[in-house]
Amino acid sequence: MKLSHIDKLESESIHIIREVASEFDNPVMLYSIGKDSSVMLHLAQKAFYPSKIPFKLMHIDTTWKFKEMINFRDEIAKKYNLDLLVHINQEGVRNNINPISSGSKIHTDVMKTQSLIQALDKYKFDAAFGGARRDEEKSRAKERIFSFRDKKHRWDPKNQKPELWNLFNTNIDKDESVRVFPLSNWTEIDVWQYIYQENIPLVPLYFSKIRSVIRRNDMMIMVDDDRLKIKENEKIEQKKVRFRTLGCYPLTAAVESDATTVEEIIIELLESKYSERQGRLIDNDQIGSMEKKKQEGYF
Amino acid sequence: MDIETFFQNQNNKKQLKILTCGSVDDGKSTLIGRILFDSKNIYSDQLSQTKIESEKYGTQGKQIDLALLIDGLQAEREQGITIDVAYRYFETKKCKFIIADTPGHEEYTRNMVTGASNSDVGIILVDATKGILDQTKRHTFILSLLGIEKIIVAVNKMDLINYDEKKFKDIIASFKNFAGEFNFNLQKFIPISALVGDNVFQKNKNISWYNGKSLINELEEISLKDSLEEEIFSLPVQFVNRLSSQFRGYSGTITSGKIKVNDEVHVFSSKEKIKIIKILTPKGESDFAVKGQAVTLTLDKEVDISRGDLLCSVKNHNYFLSDQFASHIIWMNKEQMIPERNYIFKFINFQTIGKITDLVHKININSFEKIASKFLNLNEIGYSKVALNKNTIFNPYKNNKKLGSFVIIDQFNNQTVGAGVIEHELRRASNISWHQMSINKNLRSSINGQKPCVLWFTGLSGSGKSTIANIIEQKLHKLEKHTYLLDGDNVRHGLNKDLGFTDVDRVENIRRISEVSRLMVDAGLITIVSFISPFKSERKMARELVESDEFIEIYVDTSIEECEKRDPKGLYKKARSGKLKNFTGIDSNYEIPSSPEIILETKIKSAEELADEVILYLKQYNKI
Repeated sequence: MKLSHIDKLESESIHIIREVASEFDNPVMLYSIGKDSSVMLHLAQKAFYPSKIPFKLMHIDTTWKFKEMINFRDEIAKKYNLDLLVHINQEGVRNNINPISSGSKIHTDVMKTQSLIQALDKYKFDAAFGGARRDEEKSRAKERIFSFRDKKHRWDPKNQKPELWNLFNTNIDKDESVRVFPLSNWTEIDVWQYIYQENIPLVPLYFSKIRSVIRRNDMMIMVDDDRLKIKENEKIEQKKVRFRTLGCYPLTAAVESDATTVEEIIIELLESKYSERQGRLIDNDQIGSMEKKKQEGYF
Repeated sequence: MDIETFFQNQNNKKQLKILTCGSVDDGKSTLIGRILFDSKNIYSDQLSQTKIESEKYGTQGKQIDLALLIDGLQAEREQGITIDVAYRYFETKKCKFIIADTPGHEEYTRNMVTGASNSDVGIILVDATKGILDQTKRHTFILSLLGIEKIIVAVNKMDLINYDEKKFKDIIASFKNFAGEFNFNLQKFIPISALVGDNVFQKNKNISWYNGKSLINELEEISLKDSLEEEIFSLPVQFVNRLSSQFRGYSGTITSGKIKVNDEVHVFSSKEKIKIIKILTPKGESDFAVKGQAVTLTLDKEVDISRGDLLCSVKNHNYFLSDQFASHIIWMNKEQMIPERNYIFKFINFQTIGKITDLVHKININSFEKIASKFLNLNEIGYSKVALNKNTIFNPYKNNKKLGSFVIIDQFNNQTVGAGVIEHELRRASNISWHQMSINKNLRSSINGQKPCVLWFTGLSGSGKSTIANIIEQKLHKLEKHTYLLDGDNVRHGLNKDLGFTDVDRVENIRRISEVSRLMVDAGLITIVSFISPFKSERKMARELVESDEFIEIYVDTSIEECEKRDPKGLYKKARSGKLKNFTGIDSNYEIPSSPEIILETKIKSAEELADEVILYLKQYNKI
């Protein structure tokens, strides 16, 4: 019997997840509701089958996620009987930080990065799983699978610990932590293929449907609720669209598509010329922007 | 396209992990950029981003600089060099590739080792205009050391030497000349130009005299046969799954061979035989599982198995249980490796304290010469003996990479400071057993109602250690307790007179004193040690040699300014004037204890009062 590429990736990820459960006192899995998180959750369930996942899941809620994402999150938590924490940066809410008038940079910093740091400090997690992949973005390509964070949750790209074979250095001091990326070696197509083969449930936003959108900054933004004020020169259109990546709805661009099933998405992806992070406004602020965000504590 | 056919094709593709290495400016990043570009694994938005960056940082004039696609981190873009390992993914019709792109500079040898540890095939780039360089030799040596058996030598920049066949052949000859001893089982030579794409994906008419395949075709043809039939089953237990009371299973990734339901296997540590009842693979319950799968096994009986144990075939296994082995070590930290210092050794499924006892030699990685040395610096490779604090299970690296590799971690700052591959077992320790004497330390010390312990004084030179220690010994003597005082200066006149004051000698100095104080504790004595002992790790080593309640660390807290003012032996003056080298506090480091049992502040109290504090402590803890 020969293991396929996907089989190898699957076992490698399970190994990483079990290593964290063995070596850390208080790990958490960050669950962003997106497809990568869904795959990561599925792998964690396999790693400990027939037992329950021996750690909590946590969602950092910016309060601007698509409604369908939140519904899906709560359904999944109920269906699989997950220990799910939801954290919101209440100070950000009080200061009315939002992606529209505060801008994507401040909103992401306060409601995502700062909020995550608050939650990690509050619960004293020593390891946090994330669903990031190395093929997503150039600076991710160089990040370790076990990526060390200092007491202030900062990443130092020039001072990363060498990571050899599959021997992971899990030694940290009090208040330090690691971010762990079990999907490091998966590509976008691998993730979709796995979702198809394993029949992993996804938020319906990934699949094309007629949705209300406006055009803003060369992107199609979905009108998910009335907090998105329509400007005079904008008009709401009904378009058959889907999302390649999910985040805060005013910052996530829809793409026109006819793909309504995982098969059709894969075919579309194979023919596509744009990478998935292109749908995210936050990466394009400046050259090296993801690297800067990560140094500050962003996932 | 039919999706099922697509998946079938995807699943039939083999996975190949490759490493690109070569000297600075040999064009590694350009080659990988070229591969991604030609295999259409670059999206157009990434390409347009690279175009913007090319104008800002590019080295190819108006043309797009493919290397910028690869050099991910900001600093690298600005300096134009690759400073870390980057992983890249691309696929062709036959193969899924994971490329580790590693730096060429000698100071980044550790990154190359990191990339090599996870690769199946090495591509060594040689700049056709420069030929074989020291770096080429170094990289070839590292590939061989890390057990990479298949290499491709890609002679790049052929366009700059007008595709000259003779020059290409000369390079091959000189490569074979030095690489002969490395026993690669596959070795190919391909003339290429990464910049224009010659012989990368497509063969090119510019090099009509070359009859071989293109680089990508050559890689696609490589077969990595796992001869599972001959392999012995092994599974290092990673995680014990008894999260619910109804279930008990043992999880881990199979590192060699295969296993079937009803097979009998050994629990290596206890030699107990057990039978496999159920195999849970990622695909569900199965009758069998193979190397590389992360599985959970249930067994026919309840036995004592924990993380760190190994399940393996009953017959013919070649694992060994020992606390000592010989290995090659690559040092990866700015702070040099010091023999006899305690470090954490992390293996596949456990970690333990251990030390490098002897550095047999280090290797000049450019000439492969063996050189005598006491320590290893950053990026140096040495052959050494390792002794661990407990017996562990392993296998030489050439038999099983997963069970024959380890990393070395600093106990205090948690940095990964080195990596090693096990060559063979050393049996020395198991042949010398500890003699059990009829009279033990409890009997010895009970005669005069004391419990033996070590009072370990640490502090700067001139801080008052010896003065206080001397008073304490007098007080204990009056109380009719048996004591012995080991003083730094006195011991250096005899037992340690061969040692100087370099970091390496300081470590050895403390190691000997620690061993002596252990014997004295065994003799039932209250042992007073008065040494500067500047390093945390050696104090920790001394602590670990005796029982946990037998070690009392006493930090004599006197500021350097105060010590320098007192300067009872005139040493600070000498050190300041440069006449005395490696003086603690001046040009050699003192690491303040983080949690000593006792802190004595000499500024506030007299030596007499401080000595009384220590006596009180001994009474409180029933030592006297």
